[in-house]
Amino acid sequence: MDPDLALLLNGIVSGLLLGGLYAAAAAGLAVSFGMLDIVNIAHPALMVAGAFAVVVISTATGIDPLLAAVLQAPLFWLVGAGLYSFYNRAFERRGDEALHGLAFFFGIMFIIEVLLVMYFGADQRFVEPPYAYVTWRLGDIDFPLRMLVPGAVAMAAIGALALFLKRSFAGRAIAGVAQDPEALRLLGIDPVRIKRLAFGISVALAGVAGGALVVVQPIDPWSGHVFIGRVFAICILGGMASLGGTVIAAFAFGVVENLTATFYGPSWSPAVAFGCLLLVLALRPQGLFGTAP
Amino acid sequence: MSEAALAAPPGLAAPPRGGHAVFWGGAALLAVALIAALRLLHNDYAWFAGYFILQYVVLASAWNLLGGYAGYVNFGAAGFMAAGAYTTIVLRKALGLDLLPCIAAAACVSGLLGLGMGWLTLRLRGVYFAIATLSLAVVLHTIIVNWDYVGGSRGAYVVPSRDTAPFVTHGEYVFVVMLVLAVLAVGIARMVEKSRLGLGLAAIRDDERAAEAAGVPTLRLKLIATTLSGALMGVAGAPLPHYSAYLNPEAAFSLAYGVNAIAMPLIGGAGTWAGPVIGALLLGTLQQAATVMISSALNLLVVGCVLVAFVALAPHGIIGLFRGARR
Repeated sequence: MDPDLALLLNGIVSGLLLGGLYAAAAAGLAVSFGMLDIVNIAHPALMVAGAFAVVVISTATGIDPLLAAVLQAPLFWLVGAGLYSFYNRAFERRGDEALHGLAFFFGIMFIIEVLLVMYFGADQRFVEPPYAYVTWRLGDIDFPLRMLVPGAVAMAAIGALALFLKRSFAGRAIAGVAQDPEALRLLGIDPVRIKRLAFGISVALAGVAGGALVVVQPIDPWSGHVFIGRVFAICILGGMASLGGTVIAAFAFGVVENLTATFYGPSWSPAVAFGCLLLVLALRPQGLFGTAP
Repeated sequence: MSEAALAAPPGLAAPPRGGHAVFWGGAALLAVALIAALRLLHNDYAWFAGYFILQYVVLASAWNLLGGYAGYVNFGAAGFMAAGAYTTIVLRKALGLDLLPCIAAAACVSGLLGLGMGWLTLRLRGVYFAIATLSLAVVLHTIIVNWDYVGGSRGAYVVPSRDTAPFVTHGEYVFVVMLVLAVLAVGIARMVEKSRLGLGLAAIRDDERAAEAAGVPTLRLKLIATTLSGALMGVAGAPLPHYSAYLNPEAAFSLAYGVNAIAMPLIGGAGTWAGPVIGALLLGTLQQAATVMISSALNLLVVGCVLVAFVALAPHGIIGLFRGARR
């Protein structure tokens, strides 16, 4: 195969694999930011906290990091539910979530990062599951398991969430609370309880995404920063509340970013996130797949 | 309507117009007294600590222009500030310019940056603007890291000029510059608060649709505020290379700037000109003391916790607490 073509194809494939990780990171946000309208900018920081928790669990017990990530999800659900209860009591009821709610999550993000630095230091951490250095080859194209396995786990988690939202009563209530909390109240459902459930799920997803993150790349307490622009861009690009749109946007994003890194050098790739985000905001704020502005 | 909603706009209960002469006179007197006192102290560290706090007075006042009055959150204060700082480095390297013209240029660069950002995102909900500013810091960081002319990730040195007359030391020189800038920033914020612009911005914060319907040119006012706020943030950053004599992207884009720019006005009392000053003096002093006495990570933790506590418990800051007590 022509080496340039092989480079391009490899760039696209590993971009898609990277997109799996981005989908994991953004799916939780599609629930909290997209459906509940809670601008949780601490989401990437929670994800990094999940990654550190995975490092601790899997080095202590020797279990697979992705299994650890799934096992710790209930714990993160509790954290999320607690955060939402506080957020609701302190901001939503008072009606000033716009300015103060944002500042609140910004402060939470900051506290998480500083705590991580104080506890783990500024060094990079990583895990080495047995498949970390295995690469499947298909002709000239590489499929590193280090990327493929977390991507598959992320897709499974998102699929499960989509099924839950579509099929279960509580899942449908979550979709409903975004559109009309009053109607939910008329049905005898407490919107606050539904939102707490949903926000807990979004943070649990952040915990799972953390496991995927630490398998893919080494982490430090500030790894979340570069994800903030990315996940919000993906979320908006995907049309906010749509999980399918979010996944497609994540793949597109991974490919664009990875091709930039391949052809212009990795130090330029963070700028791609911002460029895409600004373009989307300026040209199509309802996202690629959304309808109403 | 709830108690909180009624008490929401502390800025609207603005004192009558005027009093500008009193304010400027008082500020000038205070500044001169401060310089005299620090000279008597005869300690070079005092100038640097003073600069550290005063830059936050400028930064917090700048953030407050948009965040406090109009309710649009800017997370990218570090990006605007670094844009100002690197303007100084570029102009010094390319043209050998001194600090003062660099400050004016930094105001233009960061102001234009703010205008561009606002033009792209301010027609949308405030959340989009907030997220875009956050990403702006990331992209500017990326550009600076990749820009060899300003040192890339290695950073750049600015050799301070030997000749600092009439000031005794270089530290005193940058301190006085920042002091003048701080007085100007607070004065501008105060003028905005008492002008039609300030009233319009407050209307936007309380209910943008109603303001629009009532004939407030919301987009234009927001753009003016974004430009002004961005320019002042650039001004806050412009002397930074002279202050530290060395600047790298890590220091210029430090998250501490972004957090403090939000935390200080919110803790002091957003939407009032005095709020950011109180917040900056309080948090700045606290951090300076904590950096000297404890660890720098711990002092940031304190800032984060104080921010969360204040936004949850005292949404109108220290000023709000006092007004509440008086009521």
